[in-house]
Amino acid sequence: MPAARNSALIEARDVSLARGGRVVLDHVDFRVDRGEIVTVVGPNGSGKSTLMQTLIGALTPDQGAVIRAPGLKIGYVPQSLHIDATMPMPVGRFLALPQRHSRAEQAEALAMVGLDDVARQPMTSLSGGQFQRVLLARALLMRPDILVLDEATRGLDQPGTAAFYRIVEDLRVRLGCGVLMVSHDLHVVMSASDRVVCLNGHICCHGTPEIVASAPEYRALFGVGTQGTLALYRHEHDHAHDEAGACGPDHDHTHDHTHDADGGHSGGKGIKHNSGAARDA
Amino acid sequence: MLDDFLIRAALAGLGVALAAGPLGCFIVWRRMAYFGDATAHAALLGVALALAMSISIFAGVLAVALVLAVSVSALSARGAPVDTLLGVFAHGGLAVGLVVVSLLPGARVDLMGLLLGDILAVGKVDLAVIWSGAVIVVGLLAWRWSGLLIATLNADLARASGVDARREDLILMLALALVVAVALKVVGALLISAMLIVPAATVRPFARTPEAMAVLAALCGAVATMGGIAMSYQFDTPTGPTIVATATALFVVSSVLMRRR
Repeated sequence: MPAARNSALIEARDVSLARGGRVVLDHVDFRVDRGEIVTVVGPNGSGKSTLMQTLIGALTPDQGAVIRAPGLKIGYVPQSLHIDATMPMPVGRFLALPQRHSRAEQAEALAMVGLDDVARQPMTSLSGGQFQRVLLARALLMRPDILVLDEATRGLDQPGTAAFYRIVEDLRVRLGCGVLMVSHDLHVVMSASDRVVCLNGHICCHGTPEIVASAPEYRALFGVGTQGTLALYRHEHDHAHDEAGACGPDHDHTHDHTHDADGGHSGGKGIKHNSGAARDA
Repeated sequence: MLDDFLIRAALAGLGVALAAGPLGCFIVWRRMAYFGDATAHAALLGVALALAMSISIFAGVLAVALVLAVSVSALSARGAPVDTLLGVFAHGGLAVGLVVVSLLPGARVDLMGLLLGDILAVGKVDLAVIWSGAVIVVGLLAWRWSGLLIATLNADLARASGVDARREDLILMLALALVVAVALKVVGALLISAMLIVPAATVRPFARTPEAMAVLAALCGAVATMGGIAMSYQFDTPTGPTIVATATALFVVSSVLMRRR
């Protein structure tokens, strides 16, 4: 947990929720503060999307409460968005849902996610990566206090995924908003997050990426298949800690880890360690 | 002017086309074609109940259409298969309606008129009802436009943007019930969903934005209505079916044109 606690942007207090007779969320406590990137990981059916839907208010918990900061603006990027072929929807019109913005604001949001000259194109003509970035641009136009990304890179290839998360990290710095994401891309989770929450109905473990990666609960869930990534990550991370001096397990350390697109799985190449000052600049 | 039955018929048809066009776009976008169908069929039960309770047919149809729409969306939210539900309600409503009518002593119901509409018999009061309904529906859609669009795209996206998708769904149901209730006399229960779907589908290839599609669909419905009335006068064919046949012809032409491109 960060030492200097801001008031939470969004918080779940002892939330339980059952759907179709099955307990999906079981006494979940959860919070996201301003300026931090929190990632929820968990196997399929562990309630990740349900938790997101509960936090944004699409679902009401059976027990417990969800508290949003007053006037909280949520920039939500859904897991998938199907636009029916019968609905004509140019990018510019989509960005104006539900509120219209000036052309300049739209162009600025598109530029932020690295897209130009797509405003007049139909949404259905975009590639998968462009489509997700338009979703992100729409979320930005909400002037969000918190970005909520629910497996926003599903269906993207690895370079596309890496590029997408680089944009997200960049936005966090520029807008100072909180970021809450659900991800299956474990190497990205390990690199880009301040805090990782491992969910399987209940919260198995949580903390800095390093804490979670070494937790037996996490290893039990994600098994042998991810060991390579984790071992790689932990090696590099421990190394950095040695340089920086002793760190308590719960310490709010400020190293910034960026995994490049091609480096996530293939040895140390492409993993950068930036010194802590860079992030807050 | 309103004393001429043809002018009354044209005005009635235009009123229905004006409301059915934009509403039909939502029906098409949400792939709810059978929803319109089911609501229209079940409307017959509304007619029967109205006769049994001696209330206005408009009120009876509106009530039954609303109950159907709300119960189907509530049941489907709990995971029941929508197409099965709609099939049950559509044909169940139609059948029970016919049974109730047969049990009413001395009630004389023009069944063909209810199924196929009787636009040439539209009176001044009917005109007032149709246009009031049409204006309310268009007003509702215009007022809630942005929320309806985002709720149509994705319920969670709507919720995160501060739009309650369930409320928008209800507004759409209300609009649908209203259109069915006012259109019953014009095109009849069997053809109402055609007036919702065919114009919207016809103009889709020519529209670049949702707004353009809604306006074009209303225009297309108006053209089909005028053309259909003219042809039914010319060839002495039943007017409701002729209007829908004209709309269908426009759809075929539009599809062929798009293929050629």
